[in-house]
Amino acid sequence: MSYQSLQTNLADQGYVASDDLAVALQLALSLGRPLLLEGAAGVGKTEIARTLSAVQDTQLIRLQCYEGLDASQAIYEWNYQRQLLAIRASAEDGQTGKAVEDRIFSRDFLLERPLLAAITQDVSPVLLIDEIDRADEEFEAYLLEILSDFQVSIPELGTITATTRPIVILTSNGTRDLSDALRRRCLYTYVPYPDRATELAILNARCPDIEAQLAAQIIGFVQKLREEELEKTPGIAEMLDFAAALMGLGIADLTEDPAILQSTLTTLLKTQSDQASITPEVAGRIAGKAA
Amino acid sequence: MSRVTKFAARDPGPAARMTGFIAHLRENGLRLGVAEADLALAALTQIEAIRPDDSRRALRAVCTGCKEEAERFDDLFDSFWMDMGRVKQKTVPTQSAPPSDNVHSSRDAKGEDAGSAGSATAPDDRGDSDAAGDGTGKLIASETSNMAQKDLREMVRPDEIAKAEEVARLIGAALRDTRSRRRIAARRGDRLHFRKTIRSSLATGGEPLRLMKKRRPDRTRKIVALCDVSGSMTVYAQVFLAFLAGLMRADMQADAYLFHTRLVRITEALRDKDAMRAIGRLSLMADGFGGGSKIGPSLMRFADTYAKRFVDGRSVVLILSDGYDTEAPDLIGKALTKLRKRGCKVIWLNPLKGWADYAPVAAGMAAALPHLDLFAPANTLGDLAALEQELTQL
Repeated sequence: MSYQSLQTNLADQGYVASDDLAVALQLALSLGRPLLLEGAAGVGKTEIARTLSAVQDTQLIRLQCYEGLDASQAIYEWNYQRQLLAIRASAEDGQTGKAVEDRIFSRDFLLERPLLAAITQDVSPVLLIDEIDRADEEFEAYLLEILSDFQVSIPELGTITATTRPIVILTSNGTRDLSDALRRRCLYTYVPYPDRATELAILNARCPDIEAQLAAQIIGFVQKLREEELEKTPGIAEMLDFAAALMGLGIADLTEDPAILQSTLTTLLKTQSDQASITPEVAGRIAGKAA
Repeated sequence: MSRVTKFAARDPGPAARMTGFIAHLRENGLRLGVAEADLALAALTQIEAIRPDDSRRALRAVCTGCKEEAERFDDLFDSFWMDMGRVKQKTVPTQSAPPSDNVHSSRDAKGEDAGSAGSATAPDDRGDSDAAGDGTGKLIASETSNMAQKDLREMVRPDEIAKAEEVARLIGAALRDTRSRRRIAARRGDRLHFRKTIRSSLATGGEPLRLMKKRRPDRTRKIVALCDVSGSMTVYAQVFLAFLAGLMRADMQADAYLFHTRLVRITEALRDKDAMRAIGRLSLMADGFGGGSKIGPSLMRFADTYAKRFVDGRSVVLILSDGYDTEAPDLIGKALTKLRKRGCKVIWLNPLKGWADYAPVAAGMAAALPHLDLFAPANTLGDLAALEQELTQL
């Protein structure tokens, strides 16, 4: 599959991918390598995994990383409560020893977490490891082993080898530096904020019945707003919310009513100081420029 | 529009060209191994390699690993593959000397250059310049001043770095914690909390259905150092650079920046195994060293960009500066307020404070004072080492 056809397939699902991203995705698919996506929040890193799973017609398995995430939440865990009850029940039946042990350490009592689930599917799923930079370094190191071998060893059961190799997408917002070891094992693409034309294409793909003039105004406004000094720069999702809000209110022109424009800005500005810094005058000026 | 490089007829083939390219990237500071060369070749078979832009995209995905590298990649790609249709005589660089086992000291002894980045093409056909590439050296005045380019290696000796490393380790340890062996109850702990487990099992008739956990409290602190290298600080830069280099080598979590009129992140450069090579790479980045100082804007820029990614409640921000700023002083206060909002500690180390009758009269320093957790002198490595006591109490 060429990257252009991948791009078309993604576009059919409503995702406008840049050439850089499409080539990287195609390589990740054909070479079987994990793909690391970095970029500011809200540029559509997570969305790409979701769309890719739709394009490939496979399941999306998502592992959201956070500080303190460990192997038992990411890979597997024994269902302790069920095991305990099973022991109780078998004690009443008079069973003891080896038989009970074999039973409680079987696949029935194993709770599959995302990583184990990802390698035991019949069809290669898309495995999204979201915000890997939030996880601790130990977990990152653990991930290396899984990503290179695609097998999990469970002391009581033995090694579970992958039946399928998942398509792995990792995302990072850059809250901390990732290790070289992880970066080396992945293909890498930096996802910037989209340019005007791309963002317009995204908006048109998501809201097909938006008027051309309003769409151009919205994109111009958001792009200009990103140049302002803000604590949280609005991403694509915020832009879409903004568009939805304007359409919901039946606005046809951004410069029409400053008061309504100001009230819809809550979809774009997410901190108190950002809202304070974009006064109606500033918003009006930006809207004027964008028009 | 640059044209594709031609390769000499005796060139051994695509594999050699690719290893040549990987070597070219490696010389320019990208950390790539044999596996990447292999992967890069494999990647080219998956796309239409005949189209330069596609090849560029594919190789960028394979060979880069972070935003900075991705940004530099285009230039590096152009200088190897798009060399204006010139004939490249050799694709694979030959090893001139046997590689030395002792990575740490070789640079300084031989006085080698750390290898400069950039295009392989000299701008030799631009008008009537005297410097047109005829090969003979001629001293002429240059329009673009690089007076500020300074080889920082001249200022720092390896033994000082070793000493500074020791100091940095002490400071790091002081900030890290005097880690207790006590564990506290936690939802996600690494050990079972027996007392709590048994206690809660009473509710289920003595059956320990809910397992309680405990863990060691997390008290690590991350050091973020911002060093002023403007003109007024040049005399102290030696100590501070050594300290930064030592810090980065002693503490893998630390983060370092230089500022004069701009702010530069030097963490990656300083992490180099070879301390002198690290300082050499720094020289390339620290263009403007010893120039003017814009503390306020630099700090603001830090607060607005890097701090969002790297500074949190467990960070200690060390600012090494004399507080002489050419910009409005209130900007320093604003920047520090913004930084403090992230929950970090801010320590200002001022070399001038070591003087007998120093008072923070510099407007910048005065503006910063209310926002500091600690304001201390630092002229020598000894001073920095003495900080350990005070840092423990933070």
